[in-house]
Amino acid sequence: MSAITSLDRPNSYIGHSVPRPNAKRLLAGRGRYVTDITLPRMLHVAYVRSPYAHARIVAINADDARAAPGVRLVATGADLAKLCTPWVGTMDHFKGMKSPPQWPLPIDKVVWAGQAVVAVVADTRALAEDAAELVAIEFDELPAVVDIDAARDPDAPMISPELGSNLCFQGKIDTGGVEDVFAGAAHVVEEEFLFGRHTAVTMEPRAIIADYDASEPKLTVHHATQTPYQFQDIYARHYGIPEACVRVIAPDIGGSFGMKLHMYHEDMAVVGLSIMLGRPVKYVADRMESFVSDIHARDHRVRARMAADADGNILAMDVEDVTGIGAFSAYPRTSVVEGNQVYRLMGAPYTFRNYRADLQVVFQNKVQMSQYRAVGHPVACTVTERLVDMIAAKTSRDVFDIRSGNLIPDDAYPCTSPTGYKFESLSHHACLAKIREMMDYDGLRAEQAELRKQGIHRGIGIATFVEITNPSPAFYGVGGVRISSQDGAILKITPSGDVRCLISITELGQGTETIVGQIVAEHLGVDRDRIKVITGDTETTPHGGATYACRGAGIGGETALQAAQKLKGNVLSVAAAILQEEADKLDMQAGWIVDKATSQQRIELAEIARIAYFRSDTLPPGTQAQLSVAHHYAPEGYPFAFTNGVQACHLELDVETGFVKILKMWVVEDCGRVINPLLVDEQIRGGVVQGLGAAFFEECIYGESGQLTNGSLADYLVPMAVEMPDIVVAHVETPTLDTQLGAKGVGEAGTAAASAAAMNAINDAMSPFGGTIAQVPMTPARILKALGHI
Amino acid sequence: MSDLVDVTLKVNGSDVSHRVPARTTLADFLRQTLELTGTHTGCEMGVCGACLVLLDGTVVHSCLTFAVQASGSAVETVEGLTERAVIADLQDAFHQRNSLQCGFCTPGMLMTAYSLLSQPGIPSRDEIRDALSGNYCRCTGYEAIVDAIETTARKRAEEVDA
Repeated sequence: MSAITSLDRPNSYIGHSVPRPNAKRLLAGRGRYVTDITLPRMLHVAYVRSPYAHARIVAINADDARAAPGVRLVATGADLAKLCTPWVGTMDHFKGMKSPPQWPLPIDKVVWAGQAVVAVVADTRALAEDAAELVAIEFDELPAVVDIDAARDPDAPMISPELGSNLCFQGKIDTGGVEDVFAGAAHVVEEEFLFGRHTAVTMEPRAIIADYDASEPKLTVHHATQTPYQFQDIYARHYGIPEACVRVIAPDIGGSFGMKLHMYHEDMAVVGLSIMLGRPVKYVADRMESFVSDIHARDHRVRARMAADADGNILAMDVEDVTGIGAFSAYPRTSVVEGNQVYRLMGAPYTFRNYRADLQVVFQNKVQMSQYRAVGHPVACTVTERLVDMIAAKTSRDVFDIRSGNLIPDDAYPCTSPTGYKFESLSHHACLAKIREMMDYDGLRAEQAELRKQGIHRGIGIATFVEITNPSPAFYGVGGVRISSQDGAILKITPSGDVRCLISITELGQGTETIVGQIVAEHLGVDRDRIKVITGDTETTPHGGATYACRGAGIGGETALQAAQKLKGNVLSVAAAILQEEADKLDMQAGWIVDKATSQQRIELAEIARIAYFRSDTLPPGTQAQLSVAHHYAPEGYPFAFTNGVQACHLELDVETGFVKILKMWVVEDCGRVINPLLVDEQIRGGVVQGLGAAFFEECIYGESGQLTNGSLADYLVPMAVEMPDIVVAHVETPTLDTQLGAKGVGEAGTAAASAAAMNAINDAMSPFGGTIAQVPMTPARILKALGHI
Repeated sequence: MSDLVDVTLKVNGSDVSHRVPARTTLADFLRQTLELTGTHTGCEMGVCGACLVLLDGTVVHSCLTFAVQASGSAVETVEGLTERAVIADLQDAFHQRNSLQCGFCTPGMLMTAYSLLSQPGIPSRDEIRDALSGNYCRCTGYEAIVDAIETTARKRAEEVDA
C-alpha cells in the first residue's frame, strides 16, 4: 500500500504513497500566493475599524485622510451600497431562520468590535494605514449583546430590531419516548459542556486583489479561497456583472480549513473599490485584522444527558445546544450549519434510538461564526464520548467494553441514525479492535496503575466518531444556495501525447493535484509524470463545488476517474481506426495503446495525437478524433458518504500545575478507498493537531463589552511543535459503493475526535481525585479548578 | 514617516542598493523591493517564524528587522539557500515525507532546520521539536517536519562517517 515497486502493474497509482509534484516549487520559495502578487497600477486598501462592539455611526469625517499623501480614494458603506446589492445568509431548509441584510461596509451601525467601517485606498499599504488614522468616525455606543443567555432575554437589546429577537434559528429533533426512557433508566448521566470560540489562523492571512476593467467589462479577482466558483457567482450577482465576465483565480493558498470560503465584508468591498477606481486594489488582512474579522468557530454550550440500563446499554440522549454566531449569519453558507451538525451528529456511532434535541442559534455582538474544519463534529463527538465514559464509570465497565457493547455492529448496515442520517457502511468495531491493539491498551492501563503509585498521573482517552463527507445537493443546493455539489473536469491530450486535466476541485496543499494525477494516470493508462493538473481558475476549469466538507477526493476524484475513462474510450476508438482493430481489444498502458489480451505495444499515444492533430487527412473518413473531453459528476445515492473512526489520547497530567504533556495520539480511520496513504495520513495528523489546539490552547476570549482581548498571535495560543505528540495512524478501508473510486473524505476526521479523546484522557487522569472537566480549551487554570486546587 | 534611507547590503550573494522609507522592514524590503517572495509574513510580530532569514549567518525575524538595520550585512533567503543547493537534501526529505501542505510556513521551517543542522551531532526528536517551536505550522501537525529533519541529520552524519 505504500511506495510503488517494480511488482506493481503499469500505471498503478491509486493506493500508493507518491509525493506531491507541486510541493517542490513551494520548497524552493517559488510559491505564488495572493499575498505575493503585484499587478500594474495596483493600489492597496486599509480599513478603519470599529472600536465598539455595538454602536450607531453618527458621522464620518475623512477630509484629512483624502488629503493625505498617496491616497486615491476614501469610501464608506453608503458609497459601496450604490454599487453592491446586500446579501442575507439564510437557507430555505432551515425553516424560520433569520438574518439581517449585509453590505460591504456598514451604513448606519456597527455590530462587532473590529468591523471595517471606512476603506482608505492608497499607493502603498503603509500610506493607506497612515491616512486611515486620520479618519474621524463619531459613534454613539449601544449596549453590547455578548452572552448567549443575556441575548435571549426578552428584554435584551436587539442587534437587528427588524428581526424581532436575537434568535437566528431554533431547531428541534424528537424521536419520541425520551422522557419515559429517562424516567425508567437504571443510570442517567448529565453534564454541561462549554466549547470556546476559536479560529482558523491560516498561516497566510486572507488576501484578495480585485481588478475591474470597465472596457470589456471584466472583473478579475485573485482570491485566496478554496471556492473560486462560489465567489464568481457572488461577485457577478451582487455587482451586476455578467458571470462570464468575472474571473476568480485561486493560486497557491496558504491554508484555508474552511475559513476562506465565506464572504467577508472587506473582500466584497475590494471589488467595489476596484470598480470605483478602475485599477487593481489589493487587501491583505494583517494578523490583528484576521482575529477580528476571520470567521470564528464553535462557541457552544451543550447541556446533555444520557440514559443507560443497568448493564450500561445506552438507551437515549437528550440535548440542548445554544450557540452564539455573531451579529448575523455568514454568507452564503450560513451560521446554522455547525449547530445543525452538532445536534444531528450526537450519538451517531451508537445503536440507541431515542433522541431529543433542541438547538438555539443566537445573535451577539461578536465576529461572525461559521464553518471551520470539522464543522460541529468536535462538539457532538466530545459530548457523546464524554457521556459514554460517564456511563462506563457508573456501570464499572471499561471504556472499550462500553463502546463495543453499544456501537452499531459492523454487519448492521445500511442503517439510519435517530436523527435521520443514512449510513451506507461503517466499521466502528473493526476500528476499535485495531486501535486497541495498536496502542497496547492493556499495557498502558497496567503502566498507568503502576505510575499512579509513584504520583505520576497519566490519562487514556478514546473517542469514536463519524464524519460527514461527499455532500450531495442536500447540503446546500436544496437550501436555495448556489453552491455546487458536483464537479467538472476537462481532459485534453496534447499533440505530444501529454495530458492536461483542468478540474474544479482546488489545491490547498492537501494534495488535490497529486491524487487527481494518480487517478487520471491509472484510469487513462499513462505515466503520472505526463499529466499536468490545473486547478483554481474559473476562466479555465469547469464549474464545480471545489473544496469543502471533505468532498475533493470522493466527488472530484470520481469526476476525474470518469473523465479519464471517457477519454480513454475516445483514444481507443481513434487507435482502432488507425490499427484496423476492434476498440474493445485494445487498452492503454504507460502511454501506449496495447493489445488488451497480451499487453503487446501497438502504437504510442503520442503517435495517435500527432496523427489526429496534424495528419487528420490520413485517418479513415468520418473518424471522430475527440482527444479532449469535458465531464461532470454529481453524487448520487446516499446524501452523504459517512466515514468513521476512533482516536486515542495518552497524556500525563501534572496535578500540581495543571500542565499537560500529550504523550501520543492514535487514530484508526475509515475513509473508504485510500488514494494516497502519505497524503491521507498527513491530513489526519494535521487535523488532530488542530483538534488538540481546541482542546488545550485555542480560545478567542471576549470581555463583557464585546472586545476580543487576545487577538494577536502572541496572545492566542496555537499548538507548537514541542507541545505536540507523534501521531500513529492506521486505516480500515470500507469503500463507498456509490462510486467506482470508492473514496470518501478525510480532511476533517483528525479534528473531529481529537478534543473528545483528550477530554476523556484528562478526566481519566483526574479520576483518582474526583474532579471532572467539561470545557475546552482545558487550560491549566481550568484543570486546577476541576481538581479543586484553585 | 516617509524619510528615505539608503540601504546597501548583500542579498543571496549579490550586492543590492536601494533607497527606501526608513520604516521599511527587512521582510517588506525582500518581498516588495527585491521581489524575493519566498520569505513570508504571517504575524509581523516575531511569533510565527514564516519570515525567518539569515542575517550574517544568524536566523532572524525579517518582520522585526528594519531594512536599514541590515545595511552593510549579508542576508540569505530561501531562494539563496536553494540556489546554493546547500539545503537540497533537506528539501528532498521534506518532499518525500510530505512535510508541507500549503507551504506558507515552509521557508521559515527550512531556515530553522538549516540552522539546527549546522550544529554538530544528530539532534533528538525532542531537540528538533524544541528548535521548531518558533515556527508555526497549521497544516502538518509537525510530525512530518520532524521526520524530514531527523532523516536529513542522519543522512548527513552517515555521509560524514563514510
